[in-house]
Amino acid sequence: MEGTVEMGYRARLRVWRGDADSGELRDYEVDAEEGEVVLDLLHRLQATQCPDLAVRWNCKAGKCGSCSAEVNGRPRLTCMTRMSLFGEEETITVTPMRTFPVIKDLVCDVSYNYVKAREVPAFSPPGGLEPGEYRMHQRDVERSQEFRKCIECFLCQDTCHVIRDHSENKESFSGPRFLMRVAELEMHPLDSHEEKGGNRPEEARGDHGLGFCNITKCCTEVCPEHIGITDNALIPLKERLADQRYDPLGRLFRRKNR
Amino acid sequence: MSAPTTTSALRRVRTLRTDRWWLPPLGTALGLGAFVVYGLVRTFMNQWYWVPEYHYLAPFFSPCLSDACVPGASHLGTPFPDLAPWVPPPVFVLPFVLGFRLTCYYYRKAYYRSFWASPPACAVTEPHRRYTGETRFPLIMQNVHRYFFYAALLVAGVLTYDTVIAFRGPDGGFGFGVGTLLMLINVVLLWGYTLSCHSCRHLIGGRINHFSKHPVRYRMWTLVSRLNGHHMGLAWASLLSVALVDLYVMLIAAGAFPDPRLFN
Repeated sequence: MEGTVEMGYRARLRVWRGDADSGELRDYEVDAEEGEVVLDLLHRLQATQCPDLAVRWNCKAGKCGSCSAEVNGRPRLTCMTRMSLFGEEETITVTPMRTFPVIKDLVCDVSYNYVKAREVPAFSPPGGLEPGEYRMHQRDVERSQEFRKCIECFLCQDTCHVIRDHSENKESFSGPRFLMRVAELEMHPLDSHEEKGGNRPEEARGDHGLGFCNITKCCTEVCPEHIGITDNALIPLKERLADQRYDPLGRLFRRKNR
Repeated sequence: MSAPTTTSALRRVRTLRTDRWWLPPLGTALGLGAFVVYGLVRTFMNQWYWVPEYHYLAPFFSPCLSDACVPGASHLGTPFPDLAPWVPPPVFVLPFVLGFRLTCYYYRKAYYRSFWASPPACAVTEPHRRYTGETRFPLIMQNVHRYFFYAALLVAGVLTYDTVIAFRGPDGGFGFGVGTLLMLINVVLLWGYTLSCHSCRHLIGGRINHFSKHPVRYRMWTLVSRLNGHHMGLAWASLLSVALVDLYVMLIAAGAFPDPRLFN
């Protein structure tokens, strides 16, 4: 059409191709159009050059948490990473999440997260209340609700250096996502885990490795839902643990009822 | 770029980040390093910290609790003796103030990244072979942050008093100069930093699960939470203001230039 400006260009991608045993970074050139995201180009690469390219994805709207990968070394959702972030001459490197074992290409085995999820004791409703009978003030639950925004993309787990750089810690450290789950339940106004003999801050320390966290905030930086993981979950959990374990003077003055 | 041939080889690449990820930790290291060097030099300089004419006391020497303090600088008495020339008055107070900053949740992030490279930046491999975080001594002692918070509250109160008495002119009546205004800005930033502390946020209301039963504490928690969002900025601003006000008082006390008086 007369007057139409051609907005497309040939983008340079360098994509990890391989499986659990071996692989390599391969260079590709793929057409890119204005407004596209990295996942669009991976799909075009799959459609035009590499039909066997493995990419996990689902909603393309930043809500399912499936398309997590590392773009130019930074943990990101590929569906939310605009190509306009990069120069047209720049080579964009896309690799799988480094913390988890690769299954194929950009798809990782994230089962570590499901193992850790099962280790967190579930919400424990107070006695005598059936589901549907819970009544809570909004101000009492809004802290926990922030953590419910989590889409389980596991980018926070991927970027956390405690397990990213030290896989030997995976046994004793559950990662920010599941420490946040403990914090969510610990702050829940109706959770009666403690009345039934549990102790979530102490479990966060002993079973989930809260002390490994040195609050360097990378989990918060990469969270696509902008959850204040460190400030609103991990640090309050550390402070609640300090109440119980590291503050003998405070215990003298503190009331049990919260 | 040479392509790795195994997934473990990919892991051995320190980072694939292409931005200048090393710049923030470098800036932090230079900033904190400069403050530590200034603090050490200033502490062991042990002079030019009190301007009797305008009642200016340098923040590094407040409260001045030793017999070694110059006359007029001790507002709370001198419970500590003059031990030796190499034990200047700040030695009795600075450990508490520095302890507050050293165990602060923001500064921990800052120096773990910039001095200990653990990690140097997000998704950049750290150089250490083992990692135990804050599970063991000495780093498990970071959990006593709240005790340093209590001490910092006292010191902020004393600096507030120092600022109030600096609103006096040479004749003893009301008056203020540029130094007074700088002290006022400094004490506001110090209170901002102290009250935005994560331990303060927890103690004032964060530990409560039923906010609806504690409306006053909920309100205070909301305010502190808002302040807490600026904790990093307040940490740097107050660090800078303490050093600058201290330097200013030192220059006035040393007679480098007269304090520009705005009123009396």
